[in-house]
Amino acid sequence: MDLNDTPEQVQYRARVRAWLLEHKHEAPPEQGEDEAAHIQARRAWQGRLAAAGLAGVTWPVELGGQGLGPIEHVIVGQEIVRAGVPNILDVIGVGMLGPTIIAHGSDEQKSRYLGPMLHGDEVWCQLFSEPAAGSDLAAVQARAVLQDDGSWRLSGQKVWTTNAHFAAHGLLLARTDADVPKHKGLTMFIVPMDGEGITIRGLRQISGEAEFNEVFFDDVRLDADAVVGGVGNGWGTALTTLMFERLTIGLGSESLGYKAERYAAAIATDEHARMDPEVRRRLGELSVELLAVKFTGYRMLSALQQGQIPGPEAGLAKVTTVRAAIAGGDLVADVLGPDALDEQSEWAYMISFLPGLKSAGGTEEILRNTIGERVLGLPPEPRLDKGIPFSELRAKERAGVAAT
Amino acid sequence: MNLELTDEQSFLREAAREALSRVKTVAAAREALEDPAGLPDLWPTACEAGWAGLLVSEENGGAGLSAFDAMLVMTEAGRVLAGIELLGHLPASALLDAAGDERTGAVAEGDLRACFVAAQPPGDLDVHWTVEPPSGSVRVQAPVLAADGTVSGSVAWVPDAPGADVYVVVATSAADGAPVAVAVDAAKATVHSATRYDATRSLGHVSLAAAPGTVLAGIGAAELTRAWFLAQALLAAESLGAVETALSVSIAYAKERFTFGRAIGSYQAVKHSLVEVLRLRENTYALLLYAGWAYEDRPDEFALAASAARSSGGHALDYASRAMISVHGGIGATWEHDAPLFFRRAQLAQRLLGGVGGATDRVAGELLNAA
Repeated sequence: MDLNDTPEQVQYRARVRAWLLEHKHEAPPEQGEDEAAHIQARRAWQGRLAAAGLAGVTWPVELGGQGLGPIEHVIVGQEIVRAGVPNILDVIGVGMLGPTIIAHGSDEQKSRYLGPMLHGDEVWCQLFSEPAAGSDLAAVQARAVLQDDGSWRLSGQKVWTTNAHFAAHGLLLARTDADVPKHKGLTMFIVPMDGEGITIRGLRQISGEAEFNEVFFDDVRLDADAVVGGVGNGWGTALTTLMFERLTIGLGSESLGYKAERYAAAIATDEHARMDPEVRRRLGELSVELLAVKFTGYRMLSALQQGQIPGPEAGLAKVTTVRAAIAGGDLVADVLGPDALDEQSEWAYMISFLPGLKSAGGTEEILRNTIGERVLGLPPEPRLDKGIPFSELRAKERAGVAAT
Repeated sequence: MNLELTDEQSFLREAAREALSRVKTVAAAREALEDPAGLPDLWPTACEAGWAGLLVSEENGGAGLSAFDAMLVMTEAGRVLAGIELLGHLPASALLDAAGDERTGAVAEGDLRACFVAAQPPGDLDVHWTVEPPSGSVRVQAPVLAADGTVSGSVAWVPDAPGADVYVVVATSAADGAPVAVAVDAAKATVHSATRYDATRSLGHVSLAAAPGTVLAGIGAAELTRAWFLAQALLAAESLGAVETALSVSIAYAKERFTFGRAIGSYQAVKHSLVEVLRLRENTYALLLYAGWAYEDRPDEFALAASAARSSGGHALDYASRAMISVHGGIGATWEHDAPLFFRRAQLAQRLLGGVGGATDRVAGELLNAA
């Protein structure tokens, strides 16, 4: 058991730290007043990081990456936080969608898309979730229909799409065959976000900010070479993205900003609160959970380093983070009073953000089902959708609603 | 970074599991509720396995293993509710070893069983070294070392005190209030057995009236703080083992028990509760890794890490033992089943050595102090 850097990792960390120290004055701030200018600056900064080998650390060398392991990826992330500069803008592209294209894309797709993605020249968005397909992602209804000339016509709606309003491309899961069971009739596509028939609308959250979008597709034309991973193989391709999503969240948990020290610092300034047994009990309990998440992250990293893929139990770390962060926001608001709920306050923002995060990447309830079944081996919930063609399933659902 | 167990650690764990499987410890835990004398003496098993000298350096006749290795053994003991006097012995043996005390060799062999009469170190709100009171919530000051070298004071609810050969008592010096460790032979101490609720847990009230002893050389606040938090981590590790058994027994039952035509484990209410046990189990294990690492490499963080592990392990066992009863339905609340034994283990363990609440408060205190 060893949590310390090896001599090679010490050297690598030192090189990363030295580069960041030399170039940190060129970095843009984390947030900017003018969004367009800020996005531009963040894209340029991603380009600098990529050129220095600090983006796509685990990507293969021949595709522009560094060919290094998850430990080096985490070291770069830790050093970027330490330097107080922003990380890459397109975490979703480089962390999740790029690896999906690397695993399933054609050679043409790899050479066309990966370079501009890595350097921030083209930002990507993930077009998976729909209003009626979240935890049950295989229920997507966005429909792509094959045309005589080999092209496709896409119609439907996606939601919770981060960065859609300035993305160049999206990776989209669509139904291409409704007459087979739902997991079988799906195909993954690359969609140009400036295509005719695409409408993007900001989706305001509890805080009032619009960090996500709804994206509408009205008979959008996609070329034949837009398919990733083969027609009808969309579910397998999506699982790759979801695995990298778990890794990106799991290995990046420290940079989510929900750290025990942050809540303690907010309370330490109040001389009365810091001595109140009830405040201390609440702070202690949520801190225990956040410290556990930190070391669960190291466990995941260690497992990856030994060549193991973390299973769905890694999702428990997200459950714990959200629970503890909610308890932390609640505690700070109790101590600070209504000032914590000032619209400009970091706490108001955190308190507003967390209820949605609870369902991000799949609701906590469905995650607990999945872990109960796959990890603990408990018997599955009775399922009414197994082996039924998607079109029949939809008809049954409509009949069910009509009967109530 | 490698957090997987080494081959040696896997072997240590398997050997512990094998050694403890030779005794029907869970059945003994039930029988001992009615006849405490019937509890098997597992100390010879511990000595034979080398656990008595686990934390004693090799030059003093021990195995020179790490705190995390000790936690692995404690987890195995907790898994089968084995009553072995390691919680008292291990921190005491580490202090005797560090001081180079002449008894260390015999303690490492297990010929002498040591017992740590612990005191909780000062925190951000309390400047005193305090010990458990016989009753109530107000902690009392640690025993005092007089100028003539004798120790006086009382410490209640000391794990593994009955029958120990040498007590390593945390006391404060009458001269300057500095904490010291004093080794007191059993003949000079008065110990009243005080077993409660969990028959596998040996507890005693230790009274010292101008008892002569040996002040352990070179042992001060840092070493005694480390020893207290080592005990916290060991108790957390022991709880983890009990959590793992509670979980696996509950899962097995949830798969085979049917109601309304379905295995009860298919109901979300049952499934989610068992996943909650898993979540608390994973958290506790991660924090034990933290504690093991901090003990060796991050001494400044060990109080935080061990307190967090204790808090997590205590909550995990409380939840797991209640879930075990609920999943088994009515039978889980009867002596027909093992669940009450795990519940009893949880109830008492939460209240020992400063309590789970005290550990949680220490987590807050450490973080507030550093903020």
